[in-house]
Amino acid sequence: MKTRSIASFLLTTALTFAAAGVASAQDKTVKIGALSDQSGLYADLGGPGSTLAAQMAAEDSGLTAKGWKIDIVSGDHQNKPDIGTAIARQWFDVDKVDVIVDVPNSGVALAVNNVVKEKNGVYINSGAATSDLTNAQCSPNTVHWTYDTYMLAHTTGQALVKAGGDTWFFLTADYAFGAALERDTTAVITANGGKVVGGVKHPLNTPDFSSFLLQAQASKAKIIGLANAGGDTTNSIKQAAEFGIVKGGQKLAALLLFLTDVKAIGLETAQGLNFTETFYWDMNDQTRAFSKRFAERMKNNAPPTMVQAGVYAGLRHYFKALESLGGNPHDGAKVVEKMKSMPTQDELFGKGEIQPNGRTIHNAYLFEVKKPSESKGPWDFYKLVGTVPGDQAFTPLSESKCALLKK
Amino acid sequence: MQALYAQLLVGLINGSFYALLSLGLAVIFGMLNIINFAHGALYMMGAFVAYFLLDLGGINYWWALLIAPIIVGIFGMILERTMLQWLTGLDHLYGLLLTFGIALIVQGVFQNYFGSSGLPYAIPDQLKGGMNLGFMFLPVYRGWVVIFSLVVCLATWFLIEKTRLGAYLRAATENPTLVRAFGINVPRMITLTYGLGVGLAALAGVLSAPINQVRPLMGADLIIVVFAVVVIGGMGSIMGSIITGFALGVIEGLTKYFYPEASNTVVFVLMVLVLLVKPTGLTGRAA
Repeated sequence: MKTRSIASFLLTTALTFAAAGVASAQDKTVKIGALSDQSGLYADLGGPGSTLAAQMAAEDSGLTAKGWKIDIVSGDHQNKPDIGTAIARQWFDVDKVDVIVDVPNSGVALAVNNVVKEKNGVYINSGAATSDLTNAQCSPNTVHWTYDTYMLAHTTGQALVKAGGDTWFFLTADYAFGAALERDTTAVITANGGKVVGGVKHPLNTPDFSSFLLQAQASKAKIIGLANAGGDTTNSIKQAAEFGIVKGGQKLAALLLFLTDVKAIGLETAQGLNFTETFYWDMNDQTRAFSKRFAERMKNNAPPTMVQAGVYAGLRHYFKALESLGGNPHDGAKVVEKMKSMPTQDELFGKGEIQPNGRTIHNAYLFEVKKPSESKGPWDFYKLVGTVPGDQAFTPLSESKCALLKK
Repeated sequence: MQALYAQLLVGLINGSFYALLSLGLAVIFGMLNIINFAHGALYMMGAFVAYFLLDLGGINYWWALLIAPIIVGIFGMILERTMLQWLTGLDHLYGLLLTFGIALIVQGVFQNYFGSSGLPYAIPDQLKGGMNLGFMFLPVYRGWVVIFSLVVCLATWFLIEKTRLGAYLRAATENPTLVRAFGINVPRMITLTYGLGVGLAALAGVLSAPINQVRPLMGADLIIVVFAVVVIGGMGSIMGSIITGFALGVIEGLTKYFYPEASNTVVFVLMVLVLLVKPTGLTGRAA
């Protein structure tokens, strides 16, 4: 009797200590949710490629070898904010996801932003453009990695105004992203002495732009600004060529253009377009090496777009933060704070930093689409025209309306 | 005012696609009693076949206008023989669900292989460029689309409403047993009719390839509007769908001019209004 009670006492004590031991040692599990448009007009620039980028980031981090367990799930928000937030909620509540990545489509991105903040997760956005993510709607849980509307307006927009394009007509996608891009670009145009003479808002995913292009043509504006993305941009550019817009003396400003868009338009039609990206696969040996590894695993052997590159780089930085914390605290704000405290450095975007408002700062590049005769391979599309340092490309902190900055 | 004329003309161009597609739907519904939800997917296949003909076989646009509808039409006839024919006599709903499923599968397969952003298809050299009409710049290709589809639409209407073959066809839908008693092979006629409707969809696909991207979802984006056209025009009415197709293109064009935000919904607003006032559609017969 006595021996048994001693034994049970010892056993209980041992169990208690064991449990305490597990709790004090840091948890080394991470769950990543890649939330993207998997089948619609933004699927090629993000979509399955973003999930692959997340997968490669996890592998390249080397954490699994150190005993970490990393899981990746992916979801399709179908460009609908309600579907996006529903997936995000389920991921946090049921599946215990720690970090949501990608999320193209500004409307969905802003909605998911609120959910991540409420659930204290981590949000590394690469696909969405709206500068509101790190401005009026900034959050302690959000890092906005790849690009934003302020940057697009202050690089492509500014360069075109300075080159003499002082009157503009906008073709704007009628949702959060288009509105933000038009707003930010308009500010740059007026600040540089130009004028917006008109514009038209078109529904997202419009197959036919001829009516809108005719209005743009009639406006006699020097520049027709395309504040849209993906399939909408490719259709506008292709149909603008058909209506002889560029031949008639007006210039198209593709404010946002991705590698996959150029592929879809074809160099014949796209040649000469100026635009801005923060990543191109053919920049240097490191980007080429990564892109080669990436393309080998993609279905159509496509190199990464800047959005997919941003998913990779953002996650690599996230893993570094987790490692230096010694484990996953499952506390989003804490991890993001750590990410902001470390300078960013990776083979795709180079050196940079994450500002207190969540904006990642790195170089932006002005490109021009090559002529068909200049292109040497199936994805050889861009000519580098200029480099804009990060501190000039992105919103200066003094202009930021982010509440996190007021302390 | 100039801009208004331009919008009218652009509307007419889009209307050509609506007319061609809704015509095929009307033929299929009128003769087979099937609500062919796969129509958009078959339209997309037409564009893709044209792309492959050019890319892999070096076969140009003009041949594609002939070959692509035949290839897709044969695919359609296989569908009819292997699946749709078993639904004869059943409620419309079954046909709709089956063809909807087929559409999802076909689109899914294409999307899996070709992504979503699409493939470029150039305008044929003979139709490049444009002319200045004074009030607008009209790309030659778009003018060609209007004229070509008008001719095809009227030819189809003539074939079905005015020829002996068309008379057999219409009789066969009214009373198949009786027509069969005259020694006419009704099932074969039905199969060929489905092939014709599908061929019309594929033809519209080839026509649209140089204007729009050749994309797996190009049909899915369009099909709902086309269904609205068919409903407004009156299910199964050939002339009704042709006229409504062109008319709705024009109305949509005008909306894009006056209130662009509503351009995606105006067709459905019209559909609701027409159905409330005249449930059989503008030219439809009561069931």
